[in-house]
Parts: sequence; C-alpha cells; structure tokens
Amino acid sequence: MTAFRMIVCCKQVPDPEAPPESFRIDPERNRIVLPPGVSAVIDPYAERALEAALRVKDAQGGTITVLSLGNNLLPDVVRKPLSMGADELILLDDEAFAGGDSWSTAYALSMAIQKIGDYDLIFCGRQASDWDAGQVGPGIAEMLGLPLVSSARKITAGNVKAIVEKVTDDGYEVVEVSLPALITVSNEVGEPRYPTIKGIMGARKKEPVIWKPDDIGAEPTRIGAAGRRTKLLKLFQPVHEGKCEIIEGGSPGEAVANLVTKLREARIV
Amino acid sequence: MAAYEGVMVFGEVRDGKLAAVTTELLGCGRNLADELEQELYCLLIGNDITNLAGEAIAYGADRVYVVNTPPMKDYDTDLYVSVSEKVARQVMPRIVLFGHTAIGRDMGPCLAFRLGTAISTDCVDLAIEPESKLLLQTKPVYGDNARAIFTCESYPQMATVRARVMSSPERDGSREGQIIKAEASLDPPAVRTKVIKRVVEESTGIKLEDANVVVCGGRGIGSTEGFKHLEKLAEILNGAVGASRPPCDNGWVPNSLLIGLTGKIIAPDLYIAVALSGSSQHMTGCSGAKNIVAINKDPEANIFKEATLGIVGDWEELLPIFTSKMEELMTGQEKDR
Ligand SMILES: Cc1cc2nc3c(=O)[nH]c(=O)nc-3n(C[C@H](O)[C@H](O)[C@H](O)COP(=O)(O)OP(=O)(O)OC[C@H]3O[C@@H](n4cnc5c(N)ncnc54)[C@H](O)[C@@H]3O)c2cc1C
Ligand SMILES: Nc1ncnc2c1ncn2[C@@H]1O[C@H](COP(=O)(O)O)[C@@H](O)[C@H]1O
Repeated sequence: MTAFRMIVCCKQVPDPEAPPESFRIDPERNRIVLPPGVSAVIDPYAERALEAALRVKDAQGGTITVLSLGNNLLPDVVRKPLSMGADELILLDDEAFAGGDSWSTAYALSMAIQKIGDYDLIFCGRQASDWDAGQVGPGIAEMLGLPLVSSARKITAGNVKAIVEKVTDDGYEVVEVSLPALITVSNEVGEPRYPTIKGIMGARKKEPVIWKPDDIGAEPTRIGAAGRRTKLLKLFQPVHEGKCEIIEGGSPGEAVANLVTKLREARIV
Repeated sequence: MAAYEGVMVFGEVRDGKLAAVTTELLGCGRNLADELEQELYCLLIGNDITNLAGEAIAYGADRVYVVNTPPMKDYDTDLYVSVSEKVARQVMPRIVLFGHTAIGRDMGPCLAFRLGTAISTDCVDLAIEPESKLLLQTKPVYGDNARAIFTCESYPQMATVRARVMSSPERDGSREGQIIKAEASLDPPAVRTKVIKRVVEESTGIKLEDANVVVCGGRGIGSTEGFKHLEKLAEILNGAVGASRPPCDNGWVPNSLLIGLTGKIIAPDLYIAVALSGSSQHMTGCSGAKNIVAINKDPEANIFKEATLGIVGDWEELLPIFTSKMEELMTGQEKDR
C-alpha cells in the first residue's frame, strides 16, 4: 500500500494582524498599500489547514505537499510550512498568476493538483485573510469533482474515507466523506505548531519545486487577472467617527460612578 | 442573457421557522427585485416545510420553490448542492442570495462553481447599479480593514449576505404568491458526504446573538476565573458573555463565544468591551452595536477609536465596582416596578 498523500494549499498574504491604522488604500490603483514594516506571512487559516494535515500525519503517517501560488513569492515566508513538518513545497510562481480571483486561483491550483496526480486529502483554509473569500477550497473541489467538507476542526483519516468534525452555527456535525476529498479547515482546529530547530534545519536542505503555467498545462486565458470572473469596482475604508468620550475621575470608584451616571443619562441602562 | 430573471433567496429553516437571516434576505431581495422590476423567489429545501412557503410569501416572495422530501430533512452538502443546481438551471434566476451562515458558506461557493459563475461572500450591502443593472456586492476584506465592491458579469450573480446587517420586513399575511413543487430526483453516486451525527452546543441563558447586552472579554482577562467576573456582570444586566480570539484559543471560554469575522456577528444595544484591543477582525463582529463601552488600561488601544464611552484603567480594579453599581441600579429598578 502506498503512503497516505496530502496536499495543503498555503497562500502568502500581508500580515493580517498589523495594526488597523497601518492599512491604507491607493484609490487610483484600487489596491491596499502596505506601509514599510508590515511583513508577509503564510495566511493564518492556511497555517491551520497545515496543522490539521500534520496531525493526520502524526497519527498515521503519510506525506504532505504544500502548494503556494503567487507572483514573486518570498522564499523565507513560503518555506515556513517545510519547517513545520511538510515534506515538499511546490511554488506556482509567475507574473501570469498575478491579479487573479477565486476562479483563476482555484483553476491553477487544481491543474497543479492534477499534475501531482496521486492524493488522498487536499486541505485549504476556510478563507484567506486578505480577501476573506472562502472560495478556493470549494472551487478546487468542484473542478476536480471531489467531495467537500468545509470548516473542519478535527479529522480522522482512514484508507477509503475520513471522519470530519465540521463546525456549524450552533455546534458541530460529524461527517463521513469518501476519499479523495477536499477539506477546508476553520480556526477552531486550534493554534498551529511552531517550527522546531530540527524542522528549520531540515527545511533548509529542501529546495522548492517551481512550476510555471506551461508546466501545469494551464490555459493562459484562465489564470491570473485574465481568468477573473469578478471585477473589483472599488476599494474603500469606512470612516470611523472616533467620538469616544473618555470618562475620568479622581479614583477608579469615581470614574466608574461617572460612567454609570452617563449610561443612565443616555438611557443606555 | 435576458433569460436570467428574478432574484432567488435560499431559505434556511431554524426550529421549524424561517431563519432570521432568511427573512432579512427576503427583505433585501425584495428591494433588488423591485429595482429590476422582476420577481422574488425563495427556494426551500427540507422535510415537513410546506407550511413555510406561505411564510416566505408573507415576507415578500412572489414564488416559492419547495423541495419537500424526507431525505432532505437536514443539510448535507452533496444533496443540497445537486438539488439547488437542478432548480437553478430550470428557473435561471438573475441573482441568487444565501445567508453567510455555515450552510451558505458551504453551499454558495460550491453552487457558484458548479453553475460556472462567481460569488461574493459575507456581503454587507447589495445594490443594483442603475446603468448596467449589475449587482453591486460590497464586502469586508483584509479582516474588515477595508471594504470592496465587486461585480460579476456571469449569471446568476451570487452572494452570501451577513446576518443582522439588513432588517427583516414586516410580515404581511395578506400577500399572495405562487408555490411550486420542485423535483428532487437524485443520482445516488452524486452523494459522497454523509452526516453521521449532529451536535447542538447550546450555551445556557440568553443566546449571544439575541442578547441586548453583551459583556465581552479579551486577552487581558487572563483566565477562566477572570471570565467569571464578566459572567456576573452579564447576569445582572440580563445579557450574554462574548470573547475575542485569544480567550477562545487559550481555552478560557468555548469557541462558541467568539465574536468577529470568523465568529458571531452581533448587534446588541450595549456592548461592554473589557481588556480587548479592538482589532478589525474583532470589531467587524460587533460594529452594529448601538453603544460600545470600553475598559482598557492602554489609552492608545484601538477600541477607544470605536467606543462610545471609555474608561482607561485596570479591569480588575474597575469591573467589580462597575458590577456592584449595576447590581444596585438593577435591584433599584426592580423595586420601582
Ligand atoms: C485571519 C484572522 C482572523 C481573525 N478573526 C478574529 C475574530 O473573528 N475575532 C477576534 O476577536 N479576533 C480575530 N482575530 C484576531 C485579531 O486579529 C486579534 O489578534 C484579536 O482580536 C486580539 O484580541 P484581544 O484584543 O483580546 O487581545 P490583544 O490585542 O492582545 O489586546 C489585549 C488588550 O487588553 C488590554 N489589557 C490587558 N490587561 C488589561 C487589564 N488588566 N486591564 C485592562 N486592560 C487590559 C491591553 O491594553 C490590550 O489592549 C483574527 C486574526 C486573524 C489573523
Ligand atoms: N494563492 C494561493 N496559493 C495557495 N493556496 C491558496 C491561494 N489562494 C487561496 N488558497 C487556499 O484557499 C483558501 C481559501 O482562500 P480564499 O478562497 O481566497 O479565501 C486559503 O486558505 C488557501 O488554503
């Protein structure tokens, strides 16, 4: 029997935890401008997808291939999954992949997955922290004709099926799914592990494989900006009025008393 | 192209009734349909749900497509997506709307890809562009550090819509509409997912989404014990407790208390934010609150940009005083009654 094969899709994104005041928009180019100092990271949801795959590997063995698609990806950033325990990294890195949306991204990733060919489980984040779309996972599933289980928090994989705990609005469901399948992972899976020193050393010895559009047989009209099905009309930042009244007082007790008076006056309580 | 007509709302059922998000969607869909001078449809899938078709009409639908059969009793991705695909191909709506719920997030994108069209998720505003008549889809991006307006020129134009940002219309029992039984023939091999257990994790007391007052704690609360103080205040105010991400990740409170982008979206009258910094990902879940009161020891914390009233200081010192003052006030109010 061959080893259990997993593929995890990891996107490189601007650090989503950068302070809110650091986000700016360039209205002419309809783009987010990142101030100096805001670094790129692996999308935190995708990191949790990787964590879920690593737990399956811990439990029953297998191999993990990570796929990242972008343009001018940063080696230090995209290599992190290797240091966390992934076995192989494939980068779809080309100008032609730039400016895509969920359609073109899901298409290119599914072409790459078809090229890999042999897999049991594919993992994606429930959404990526830049556009918060939540579509690339379902998109790959549809394009490859795979069953989908979304918002997973726990996965137990067997040879022909997996048992997945899926987060719902008021609890969770246990879903049985035939393999191969695509699973999107939610934050409830818990915090991703830190890379170990050994992992970091091991990752240094691994060279990422780079695939260009031709390598995956992608049609040029279906990738990157050319393959978009949605049009970004406008990007804007809602204005926060910032009219907070800070309640003072000589002592904590006084300040609280003043707050309560305010709340009473305004009939809030 | 003219073949694509009408606005279709995917209806969700909760506790035997139309879900709140569905009536909100019917209100929003009604406006869009009127703008286009077209009809509003509602698609209902389930078992024992025929009585809800009339409800959908009372909330604004002109036509209700009902798939009512025992296998459809509960949501299952493969079942529901294949049935909806059939209905969508037959009816050819111009717009299809879902709630941004666990079901909508699952089903919406699958259905869109299967129909060869795109979808915008978590929309907070929808409108018709007067000239092109395209659907303008506004959604938070970058953890709600910004908002984007998308259009899509393939049909149907699809969106999932955030709960509690649109208001439900008044119910009008005298409205008339058409109820259409839709076919649900299924090819068994198309069903590869099977739900083997459903677990409802109801918190005791008032539901977070329905509470008028929410007391929310952040990383600065520090422990499960710390949250006991918040519970006491919430109880006095007849409200519910919520949390930012770190208390959930650290296991001080269950994940079901999470408020924000990936948690609950709430719009209480009063939101008391204790020892949380007010990140964009968190505030997007509670910016609909009428009043926000913040307690934080850092005067520079972002929460003071979003709050109505604030106190700078240590919660461990301030909150017990606040709680006992509120207790006095509330018992006083009860005596007055
Ligand atoms: C992709 C993504 C999605 C996310 N989704 C969500 C989400 O849905 N919901 C969510 O909440 N977060 C979410 N987050 C996390 C979010 O970015 C912030 O990291 C998080 O909200 C911070 O929580 P906090 O304010 O409690 O903690 P911190 O930012 O650490 O703030 C703690 C605050 O407590 C104050 N404090 C500390 N001690 C005291 C004291 N004794 N008295 C008074 N004040 C004190 C400090 O001054 C500080 O302002 C998400 C993050 C990412 C990357
Ligand atoms: N450019 C990309 N490279 C690799 N994986 C991606 C990419 N874009 C999206 N994904 C995967 O799809 C998930 C959801 O992304 P999205 O649909 O863009 O919100 C992410 O968490 C990733 O797992």
